Amino acid sequence: MLRFVLRRLALMVPVLVGLSILLFAWVRALPGDPARALLGQRATPEGIARVNEVYGFNEPVLQQYLIYVKALLTGDFGRSIKTGQPVLESFVEKFPATLELGLTALILAVIFGVPMGYYAARHQGRFLDTAIVSGSLLGVVTPVFFLAILLKLVFANWLGWLPTSLRQDPRIDATHVTNFYVLDGILTQEWDAAWDAMVHLVLPAVALATIPLAIIVRITRASVADVINEDYVRTAESKGLSSRVVSRRHVLRNALLPVVTTIGLQAGLLFSGAVLTETVFSFNGIGQFLFAAIGGRDYPVLQGFILFIALIYALINLLVDVLYGVIDPRVRVS
Amino acid sequence: MSEEVLSTGSHTPDSSGSEPLLSVKDLSVTFGLRGKRAVRAVDEVSFDIRPGEHFGLVGESGSGKSVTSLAIMGLLPKRGVKVGGEVKYAGRSLLDLSKKKMSEIRGRDIAMVFQDPMTSLNPVVPIGTQLGEILERHFGLRKQESRDRSGDLLSRVGIPDPVRRLKEYPHQLSGGMRQRVLIAMALACEPRLLIADEPTTALDVTIQAQVLELLKELVADTDAALLMITHDLGVVAGLCDKVTVMYGGRIVEAADRDTLFEEPKHPYTGGLLESIPRLDTPRGVPLKPIPGSPTQMLPWSEGCAFAPRCHNRLDVCMTDPPHLEPVGDRRLRCHNPLSADESAEVVSL
Amino acid sequence: MTIPLPPSRGPMTGADLEGPESGAFEESERGLSLWRGAWHRLRRNPTAIIGALIVLAFVIIALAAPLLTQYEPGSAQWSGQVTPTSVPGPSAEHLLGLDRFGSDLYTQLIFGARQSLIYGVVSTAIGLTVGSLLGILAGGLGGWVDTAIMRVVDIMLSIPSLLLAVSIAAVLGQNAYSVMIAIGAAQVPIFARLLRGSMLSQNKSDYVLAANSLGIRRSRIITGHVVPNSIGPTIVQATLNLATAIIEVAALSFLGLGESDPAVAEWGRMLVAAQDRFDAAPQLAILPGAAIAITALGFTLFGEALREALDPRTRR
Repeated sequence: MLRFVLRRLALMVPVLVGLSILLFAWVRALPGDPARALLGQRATPEGIARVNEVYGFNEPVLQQYLIYVKALLTGDFGRSIKTGQPVLESFVEKFPATLELGLTALILAVIFGVPMGYYAARHQGRFLDTAIVSGSLLGVVTPVFFLAILLKLVFANWLGWLPTSLRQDPRIDATHVTNFYVLDGILTQEWDAAWDAMVHLVLPAVALATIPLAIIVRITRASVADVINEDYVRTAESKGLSSRVVSRRHVLRNALLPVVTTIGLQAGLLFSGAVLTETVFSFNGIGQFLFAAIGGRDYPVLQGFILFIALIYALINLLVDVLYGVIDPRVRVS
Repeated sequence: MSEEVLSTGSHTPDSSGSEPLLSVKDLSVTFGLRGKRAVRAVDEVSFDIRPGEHFGLVGESGSGKSVTSLAIMGLLPKRGVKVGGEVKYAGRSLLDLSKKKMSEIRGRDIAMVFQDPMTSLNPVVPIGTQLGEILERHFGLRKQESRDRSGDLLSRVGIPDPVRRLKEYPHQLSGGMRQRVLIAMALACEPRLLIADEPTTALDVTIQAQVLELLKELVADTDAALLMITHDLGVVAGLCDKVTVMYGGRIVEAADRDTLFEEPKHPYTGGLLESIPRLDTPRGVPLKPIPGSPTQMLPWSEGCAFAPRCHNRLDVCMTDPPHLEPVGDRRLRCHNPLSADESAEVVSL
Repeated sequence: MTIPLPPSRGPMTGADLEGPESGAFEESERGLSLWRGAWHRLRRNPTAIIGALIVLAFVIIALAAPLLTQYEPGSAQWSGQVTPTSVPGPSAEHLLGLDRFGSDLYTQLIFGARQSLIYGVVSTAIGLTVGSLLGILAGGLGGWVDTAIMRVVDIMLSIPSLLLAVSIAAVLGQNAYSVMIAIGAAQVPIFARLLRGSMLSQNKSDYVLAANSLGIRRSRIITGHVVPNSIGPTIVQATLNLATAIIEVAALSFLGLGESDPAVAEWGRMLVAAQDRFDAAPQLAILPGAAIAITALGFTLFGEALREALDPRTRR
């Protein structure tokens, strides 16, 4: 198992290296002078000269790349053009928000998606199955930002049941330890803060969860429908086992394998969805920050954040593969 | 037939109990999905199995023999399948039982060994768990006890180093070992009736004999009745007391083993026997397969299903379905069975 | 043991029914009957029909846009009728009323379909062409070419596709082309992997071996046999990707990238603009959003039905 993990980590390296090269080339591909692009509006001749020196834009390309890599390895991902804050710092600051949102969405998607898919598979052709399948189809094709806007406008603006934006009511004086607002509230026993944070999570999480939920329903349904026809399920039934044991140990354990794989891919959807959802709800995470950076052409932020996201995405997929190996012993042999 | 074949597998069934253990009467299974025509896979099937008896159900693919066994076990899908007739186990009607009650009988009183050991075991669960769960379910054993007992079962079926195997997964075992595991699972609760559906077909020839021997031994040890389903008459000859031959979903001939092998009466049975290649066949003599293929079947509603391929065919066979009648000490469904001479010819060659 | 009776080996596994790979030279024959069979299955499949109808409607509306409305898109002619608290609804002159800039909403929607079609088709075409080429090269040539191409694909897949498209669009500037190229580029890895996989699995198949042993040149084998067999899955993927492309186009507009000319109607931007007028005029958001969803639904339904129809292993 350890060897498996190490090998996967080793495989990640060339991809990340390649990505860094691409990002490196990307900044230089930007229209105009790279130094000017990095400085944006605040470009002054001295500023440009300094940037050129620091980044080595006047040096041969290989040299530039080495400077770039050295900077990366020392944790220097540049500074935001707009705020001047180091990119790494901004990321670390805002990532917990997105993680909180993403995890909540993922948990919602799994908790509701798997049972629905299972139920649909067991009752194929009946009314509820058709309803679930149609619903999930709609869920897959509805753009997340459309859904976010709709939810916000209906439940927050019109009905006023839930807050329209932000992570927490600014009037609540909450202490933040981990920057996971709900967790913070619990840790500091500020229950009103925790509750408030949870309430603020509802709409964005629901919007974000919809597509993954729909996908999980479909995959679970297809997978369970397949597994149920397998010989070993028939063997299990012939042994007189209770239906609960049959469905848990024999059907689900096999049927969930493709679902686990898919969760890794959903992480990617959750990231891009987060950019859109956080924007609609002014939810202060990396998604919203990225949105602002796109609009403001804040290239250092874009460059750094994308690299981080790639790293996290790769780690998540690694985790998923390990989880898969835990469930399916046939994979471990390789 | 040489004497050797007949005398192996000598087994005197316990005929003292007059009550049959399994009683199947007029069993029929109809498959009919929406929009598709209904197919009668099994029809008018009746037979009894006494305690300790070894019963062989013979037929080719599509004859309905596997479906029969699944119907007995209640393992056929619910949707699109209609089961008619009566199946009684120790006097209790199985077809009416609730799912819960049926699950108590399965694995414990009646157990089944399936055909393909590759796909019949759950790939992601250790062998020990797959064995232990039967014991835990039917006997309420706890983890430690069931683990011990599982180890015993594995050694009983001839698997070396059972303790290690308990933790292993199916893909780590060979085909023959997997089949032994399936047998161990079936015999875990010492069922009174063991149904074996082509247990050796998917195995290498060399392993087949071993597994059959094992089955014979274990069934004898536990005094269980055996329902052996196969297309292979050789298997039946060595193992079974009674033989029933099916074709196209219906029984065409049913008799004691000796009676059937010494004097086959149905042309299909005769054809099966004749087609077996033998060591003592002189060189140059061609093999004798049954002409045609199973797809050339007449629906039983129109005539005799075997008629298109039958060399004893009469005109009436194509228009009038024969009924299953007692003829001497056997049951026969044929308008024109083999004469004594033809029968002897089949047997002697 | 009996000879003529085939021992029943249990249920046929998927391996027995492996698609075009198994079998010898009747490949092209089989290919033709594959399509014919698929057509039959499609015709009887209600979801396929619904999907096809939606797609057809979408394409017709998009192509015939100028004919379907008397107004010009993005004209903002009636901005005088729009106030901060009200946007005129359906009326005699305006079928669906106005949008918040004063253009005819119906016209905007129709022309938005046109934009989506253009963007969607072009970007998918880019992805398909470039991606398939890369995939064929990778699978066909193998060796370091394969490794190199797959590394690049892995890198492109290392970030979520929307963000990939965003980065590329940000570099290429604020115009329509950048959006199409960006989304097209994001689709390249999918097609590359698909074609490469198809190449690799067919490389091992018997008919390729047979053709090879007959001395037929590799390039001929590829173009004559392998590529035609890959067309089916590629078309399916292209259809499904079109759905995604349409959504991503809208998403990029939503993020402020892409066509900035307000005269060009685009569903994504209509959604952005509709947000702050929702109370007064929810239809400004609902209509374009629903349009996106329904169009994507149409392509998805059809694509999935097509996949099922072409798959020889369908269980029915």
